[in-house]
Parts: sequence; C-alpha cells; structure tokens
Amino acid sequence: MPSLRRKDLVCQQAVELVTDYLDGALSRRDRRRFEAHLRACPDCRTYLEQIRMTIQLTGGIEPEDLSPQARADLTELYRRWRSE
Amino acid sequence: METDVELLTRLRNGDEEAFVKLVARYQQPLVRLARSMVPTQAVAEEVVQDAWMGVVRGLERFEGRSSFKTWLFRILVNRARSAGAREPHHTPVESLHAVDPLRFDAQGQWADPLDRWTEESDDRLDAAVWAPILRTGLDDLPPRQREVVVLRDVEGLTSDEVCTVLGISGGNQRVLLHRGRTRLREILEDELRKA
Repeated sequence: MPSLRRKDLVCQQAVELVTDYLDGALSRRDRRRFEAHLRACPDCRTYLEQIRMTIQLTGGIEPEDLSPQARADLTELYRRWRSE
Repeated sequence: METDVELLTRLRNGDEEAFVKLVARYQQPLVRLARSMVPTQAVAEEVVQDAWMGVVRGLERFEGRSSFKTWLFRILVNRARSAGAREPHHTPVESLHAVDPLRFDAQGQWADPLDRWTEESDDRLDAAVWAPILRTGLDDLPPRQREVVVLRDVEGLTSDEVCTVLGISGGNQRVLLHRGRTRLREILEDELRKA
C-alpha cells in the first residue's frame, strides 16, 4: 500500500463518493482525487464494480405484464370519463 | 412503436385505443412506484387509477416541457402522497455510512480485501435469479430511498427527471440513491457469501 499524503482519500471516504462519481457530480478536483485513489486501490475498484453490478441487476427487475383484467378495468374507466 | 407524443395526440382526439396503449406501456411502472409509497397493493392500484384519471383530465394542461413519462410519474407521486405515506412494518434505520465502519481499519482502509464477486460466472449473477432478492431489499429500504432507487435504477429515469418527479434537489437525490444502492450491494454481498 503506497503511503498516503494528507490530501489523498482513504477507502472509507472514497466509497461515499461513488454515486456522485457515477453521476458526474464531483468537482474536477474531487474526481481527480477519487480516480487517483482507484488507481492505487484494487479493493475500491472492486467496490465500484460491485455498485455498477448492483445497478445493473436492479435494472433487471422486470415488470409483470399488464393482466387482461387490469387492462379491461382501465378501458372501462376511460369510457366512464369520456361519458361524464 | 408509436411515441408517447403520438399517442397523446390521438388521445386528445378521443382515441380510446391510444389510451389503452399508454396504459399498457406505463401501468406496471406506475403500480410498482405506487406500491413503494402506499401500504398495500390495493391502495397502490387505486392510486394508479386515480393518476390515469388525472392524466386524461389534465391532458390539455400538459405542455410537453418535460417528457410525458416525467409528467405522469409526478402525477402519480402527488396522488400517492395524498393517499397517505406508507407505514413500514418497522422503521428502517437510516445508516450514515455507505459501508459498515467496522469494515475499515483505523486509517480508513479496507480491513479485509473485498470478495471479487463481480468476476463470478454470468450464471451466478443472472438478473432473473437476483430480481426477487433485490425486490425484497427494495421493499425494506426507507421509503424515500426506495422511491429514488425505483425511479433511477428500475425505471431508468435520469437524475433531472427524478428530481422533477419527486420535487427534490439533485444533491438530496444522490444522497438517497447512494444509501439505497449501498444497501442493495450489501444484500447481494451477503447472499453471495451464503451461496
């Protein structure tokens, strides 16, 4: 592990910046510090990958299809509204 | 596939089929979002019906400054909020830390190396396998975190869209998203360790 200078991030700080980093919301200075930390720290690289994987898997939660009954109910609702 | 705007134009002309198509497109995301905000499935479905009525009644007022989807979700959120905030079975503790502080040593560095589970075979990280576990994890998140994670990571809205839908700032949105994603990561980690 390389010796840390004062301005360097430690892991516990780096993990708090992951979402801001992925959203492009870090200042340039913070982004550079974060990226410098990642280059030096395989565990934080793993952590970032795990968050990316979590996002990907969360995105895989599939909506159930609309049941024919639910569709019929809503069509009925629309017709009632139209006839008001 | 017709765009939302094309369907809206037809709907304004009283085209029932356009309404049914819009409903088919958005019903499930709406129910899922509503479900994250109200206590029961039945209330969620009522809130969604109510939101659709809000759509047909408010059609003339929709100016297209935001996307239809953003406008629709915002109507839903307003209806769900007035239908009463969800009372969780237990109030989840809002963690101040993305990662349990015990995972770090006194210098703030990882005390033990992380498992490299992102390198697992595709099989073990199949989305279909994890969907039920993540769904349960989502249900257990504090409500505001859950709303943001559902909109961003399940429905795929942008940061700006989520802020518009929920009426929160970008910074607030990212804090909630970060806490929520962090918790879901932890759940995956725990499950993969058990496996």
